[in-house]
Amino acid sequence: MTSRLPTGSQTVGPFFHDCLLREDARRNILAPPGVAGQRIRIEGCILDGDGAPVPDAMVEIWQANSYGRYNHPVDSRDLPLDPQFSGFGRSATDEEGAFWFETIKPGPVPFDKQRNQAPHICVAVFGRGLLNHLYTRIYFADDPATADDPVLALVPAERRATLLARPTEVDGSLVYRFDIILQGSAETVFFDYQELEQLR
Amino acid sequence: MEVTMAITIGDIVRGDRAVFPPYLYDAYRSTIRRAPRRPLIEVPLTLSELTGPGPAISAVTPEDADLTRNAGTGGEAIGQRIIVTGRVLDQHGAPVPNVLIEIWQANAAGRYIHKRDQWPGPLDPNFLGIGRCLTDAQGVYRFLTIRPGAYPWKNHPNAWRPSHIHFSLLGPSWHTRLVTQMYFADDPLLPLDPIFNALPTEDARRRLVASYAHDVSEPEWALGWRWDIVLDGAAATPFEDQQETQP
Repeated sequence: MTSRLPTGSQTVGPFFHDCLLREDARRNILAPPGVAGQRIRIEGCILDGDGAPVPDAMVEIWQANSYGRYNHPVDSRDLPLDPQFSGFGRSATDEEGAFWFETIKPGPVPFDKQRNQAPHICVAVFGRGLLNHLYTRIYFADDPATADDPVLALVPAERRATLLARPTEVDGSLVYRFDIILQGSAETVFFDYQELEQLR
Repeated sequence: MEVTMAITIGDIVRGDRAVFPPYLYDAYRSTIRRAPRRPLIEVPLTLSELTGPGPAISAVTPEDADLTRNAGTGGEAIGQRIIVTGRVLDQHGAPVPNVLIEIWQANAAGRYIHKRDQWPGPLDPNFLGIGRCLTDAQGVYRFLTIRPGAYPWKNHPNAWRPSHIHFSLLGPSWHTRLVTQMYFADDPLLPLDPIFNALPTEDARRRLVASYAHDVSEPEWALGWRWDIVLDGAAATPFEDQQETQP
């Protein structure tokens, strides 16, 4: 079959909130009570190349459940699904550039036939001035598996820290801090995805 | 008249350089302090990206696809009534069903209801400018709306965005996520718009432009516009424990 070129990307612009973040479309809370797993809160800010907060961005996340199972037909492994947990989150940034999610820590998921990936959360960043969205990932700084993650291993060692969420305890809750720096010396690592034929 | 200013175009691009715009395109001034300057790190697609949220938002109703009436006021939006329809396809041309499409747009006067849009274009109390639908088994989507007006922005002197509708697509996987804009083929502002012209090739730009479709127009009712969308990334095959036999 002939291959078609994909439709190109355009910025989300400044006026998306009434649509993409209406009450039944925003998803700050991924895990209502009863979802299995370690409850965590993720907090961060998006900063531009001047270190100024980005107040009109949107962050989406996608993650496996605590058993490492994705709620998606492509993942048909024999692991428990949690019907209350879709794994998708969507947060605006506020005037301080801040976003947040309440979720559970995901389990490990496979990389290839031999290796697992460390627990991680996929992140996409949208905003005025971003002609394409940006893909990155949240890893957990305090998880021993992070050191052996095969995707993180492809990131230059001196930049890996930009993908590590740092745990803190706030009022007895576990909060992971993950800032997203769009530009500059501490710029967050962003990804471009390639097909990996070995997976098939 | 073409855009004649000198334009700095960054070399950092996600995906196919013939398709996707660069992050830095300084004629669109907001890119200057927001575009990453370090190379993207190439990593393989894994199960994490070959899965994705799909239509994970709350239930979509047929009323959500009628922007002329979904303000819920009982009144109808002012403007040229249009039907915007097309198919969502993968790169092999196969239809992609069950894609959640969320759209937002200015009203016929070029004004958004958004609180940050404060230019003196009139608001329309019967128009929210937001809609959503799911693609059907043939990958077809369809909205009834009004043609959006052009609106001014402060990117450069006398800057006007061409008429456009914002599209957000949650498709089959994380990797196929797409946010883009649909334009109208007869719009004289297209050659002047830095956002549209950030797309790298004439062909890539053409694929964001809807065509007038007389077969879609309905007599005594609405004009038809057709726009097909092709999602990046191949369709994924199921990932099962049982397939994990050693080669």
